[in-house]
Amino acid sequence: MSDVESATKPFTIKGATGDWEIVVGLEVHAQVTAQAKLFSGASTRFGAEPNAQVSLVDAAMPGMLPVINGECVRQAVRTGLAINAQINPWSRFDRKNYFYPDLPQGYQISQLYHPIVGEGHLEITLDDGTTRTIGIERIHLEQDAGKSVHDLHPSMSYVDLNRSGCALMEIVSRPDIRSPAEAGAYVAALRQLLRYVGSCDGNMDEGSMRADVNVSVRRAGEPFGTRTETKNVNSVRFIMAAVEHEAKRQVDVIEGGGRIVQETRLFDPGSGTTRSMRGKEDAHDYRYFPDPDLLPLVFDDAFIDECRASLPELPAAKRARYQADLGLSPYLAGVLTAEKETADWFETALAATAARLGKGQAEVALRVANFVAGDLFGALKRLGREIGDSPVGPDALAELLALGADGTLSGPLMKQVFEAMLETGDSAARIVEARGLRQVSDTGAIDAAIQAVLDANPDKVADYRGGKDKLFGFFVGQVMRAMAGKAAPGVVNDRLKALLDG
Amino acid sequence: MTSLTDLTLAEMKAGLAARMFSAVELAQAHLDAMAANRHLNAYIVETPELALAQARAVDDGRRSGPLAGIPLGIKDLFAVEGVQTTAGSAMLKGFVPRYESGVTANLLRDGAVFLGKLNMDEFAMGSSNETSAFGKVISPWKARGSDAELVPGGSSGGSAAAVAARLCAGATGTDTGGSIRQPAAFVGIAGIKPTYGRASRWGTIAFASSLDQAGPMARTVADCAHLLTSMCGFDDRDSTSLDLPVPDYAAGLTGTMRGRRVGIPAEYRLDGMDPEIAALWDAGIAWLRSEGAEIVSVSLPHTRYALPTYYIVAPAEASSNLARYDGVRYGNRVTPPGGNVHDMYAATRAAGFGKEVKRRIMIGTYVLSAGYYDAYYTQAQKVRALIARDFELAFERCDVLLTPTAPSPAFAFGAKADPIAMYLNDVFTVPASLAGLPAMSVPAGLSATGLPLGLQIIGRPLDEMGVLDAGLAIERAAGFTARP
Repeated sequence: MSDVESATKPFTIKGATGDWEIVVGLEVHAQVTAQAKLFSGASTRFGAEPNAQVSLVDAAMPGMLPVINGECVRQAVRTGLAINAQINPWSRFDRKNYFYPDLPQGYQISQLYHPIVGEGHLEITLDDGTTRTIGIERIHLEQDAGKSVHDLHPSMSYVDLNRSGCALMEIVSRPDIRSPAEAGAYVAALRQLLRYVGSCDGNMDEGSMRADVNVSVRRAGEPFGTRTETKNVNSVRFIMAAVEHEAKRQVDVIEGGGRIVQETRLFDPGSGTTRSMRGKEDAHDYRYFPDPDLLPLVFDDAFIDECRASLPELPAAKRARYQADLGLSPYLAGVLTAEKETADWFETALAATAARLGKGQAEVALRVANFVAGDLFGALKRLGREIGDSPVGPDALAELLALGADGTLSGPLMKQVFEAMLETGDSAARIVEARGLRQVSDTGAIDAAIQAVLDANPDKVADYRGGKDKLFGFFVGQVMRAMAGKAAPGVVNDRLKALLDG
Repeated sequence: MTSLTDLTLAEMKAGLAARMFSAVELAQAHLDAMAANRHLNAYIVETPELALAQARAVDDGRRSGPLAGIPLGIKDLFAVEGVQTTAGSAMLKGFVPRYESGVTANLLRDGAVFLGKLNMDEFAMGSSNETSAFGKVISPWKARGSDAELVPGGSSGGSAAAVAARLCAGATGTDTGGSIRQPAAFVGIAGIKPTYGRASRWGTIAFASSLDQAGPMARTVADCAHLLTSMCGFDDRDSTSLDLPVPDYAAGLTGTMRGRRVGIPAEYRLDGMDPEIAALWDAGIAWLRSEGAEIVSVSLPHTRYALPTYYIVAPAEASSNLARYDGVRYGNRVTPPGGNVHDMYAATRAAGFGKEVKRRIMIGTYVLSAGYYDAYYTQAQKVRALIARDFELAFERCDVLLTPTAPSPAFAFGAKADPIAMYLNDVFTVPASLAGLPAMSVPAGLSATGLPLGLQIIGRPLDEMGVLDAGLAIERAAGFTARP
């Protein structure tokens, strides 16, 4: 048996005969976010009744013709720009011919010879903070197939064509990936990028994103080994498992004196293993040729510029900016940019807070970031909500933070008010007003409370004065409790020190 | 009074406008003629109720338009909503589309009356109408002194026979490599294939997508012009449709050849050319010269590669286009007991497709196969570009080209059992198809055996008007009045 050693770098598989390096390339199929299919007007909504979203074109009725959906083209170009890729101003669709009941035309319209997007790359960050650049060979547009359902009838299969003709981007990486963790990081980074761009919703459990996993193994310094392709793996975890299992299997086969055959394999999520689907000798001859029903896609620089201008700030740039300009830690920058919605929410709250306080964003960023990543995320997790439907909006949060910054609320009071905001949906100011939660900074009231605590604990006062400094915290706690948490902590500290020492 | 069915389309328009007869009377006259001529097997489906209802609507004033009340036959390649549409194939027997093709929708918009669906070579693959699953169409013509039944040409053979036999005022045809022009020539009528992209392909069953073009077939050039104006036009459901205005061809038709240059391509004068065909061609040249045209000799050097190129490109596209006929969603399905889905495909397609269709699917599959693709398909595309370039260069020196339409008059059934011999019938029509050019056949004379012969005019891209004008000049000069 071979063991995976993940602690050391570079990643290797320890075989009986030595170390093996693994080489992975991923072909990610991402369903393009668009109202209509790639070549027909039928809806692409997920979860409709079977065959409810099938146009005459999707069903390949006699005489029906494809017409390109411009939105899908635009999304592919925007995605290409987001991976810094060459955009091909001239591309063309080809037919990939094979028979299957969920492929009504008898061919899939794809782009073999002239894809819409050429060479690009994506930077990935691993758990230990190291980064790597993974090459992307191409992105092409193609039609999705329908779905065959084999378990509804003893001898027949059913076909659902709702997905037939939906637009997919096939995003083909270079064989630059060297470990299961890198494969996972690549897919996660790609998913994040697609969601930022808005070209794919990345819902892997709905099949919006899935990957064909190409794996081979070799000894360090040797040329690429023979690869296998594991089809249609549909989660980051499964992709990592498929890479790991397949690499180990290949090492075992080779070390056992066998040979890897180029083949298509299937991943079994239950066991985390792969099994052979068809060998090279059974490979289809797809008889690709240019689709004569469609004209080449041709666009000018203006179109590309327009697509570029429509891109949001992308995750890598945002992370860098949060660190450099806002002074956030890599961790905070990472969690706040994980989803575009979160980053947008954070930025809105940040701007509102800075405006309320009349300060620069950099001055208040850490305060806002900590509250969002800590209290807000915690609350959302507890409530089972997404940031998009947070009971407290970014403006409301800014108001709360401003009340903290101007001394109206202490840290513990802010938490109290925040909880009340989550429950009631009321504004921080209203809650402060209604519940009298305003922080007390009046030294007279605080001195009175301190004196009462000191009077009630003469033994501890003696101990403190005798050198037990640690008791200071006890006195602070007692004073705060006596004032129902409303006392300004700074004032309590100052006055307590003065009265104890005095 | 001559029979209503003998009128030209233009005369019918005038007669209807002058209320000399009603649209219902006109439709009924044709329905009667169809009933009396079923032995020709020109129609696969007759639609008398539909036709009479449409005609009544014209008479009532509920329908109008430039073709109001004109009775037409529709090649069975065009989807007509609610009417069986089969492409002449057993594969689609009983298939009734719930949609109307772009071309027939245009004709309906303009008030036309549909008499029925016309027989054709299966999936438009054939030059004799012998490949239809609904039986061969018989030409209304017979050679002098012979009782042998003759082919009407193909693939629009039903259209040709019906127009020639006065079973409709005009018909739709489609032309992939000559399927309008060759049958028109065989039965002594006119037919024009417009520039690729002029007529919508939406709802027309595909044979070879990069070549298929719809066009009209009628007894006169002017009638073709009327129908062409209606049939053409941009359709945003067809990505190869041209978004350009369509002239009123009938209104623009003059037949004037003065100042026009007519090119005579040297390469079309084949070795061993039928002397009758050569003589007809020479006559055509003389007619146009006497009409004031300048005759220039031009060269189309890659002509001899056109036929092999066509018989790679067209089957390649067909092999893919016909993959959808798999028995899964509509049409024929054969399920062998105990078989799996692949057995179902095989049995369905074995039973549903005829011999010629299978031959072309196999040729097309072969030329697209790994290892052969570059040698056949890629090479054919290169040659196709050279052929188009030949025409471009020739049109620098002339406005239209004049050639024979077919190398022979109509032949008897079974006369060209060798597929290669059959394919050679397309030798003059295929080059213009590969280049996407407008081209028409006009009846120009009779063979020694009394059979019609046609001359072909090929024009520049989008110059249907120039083609029709030259066609009209030939028509007038030839004074072709023979009828079956």
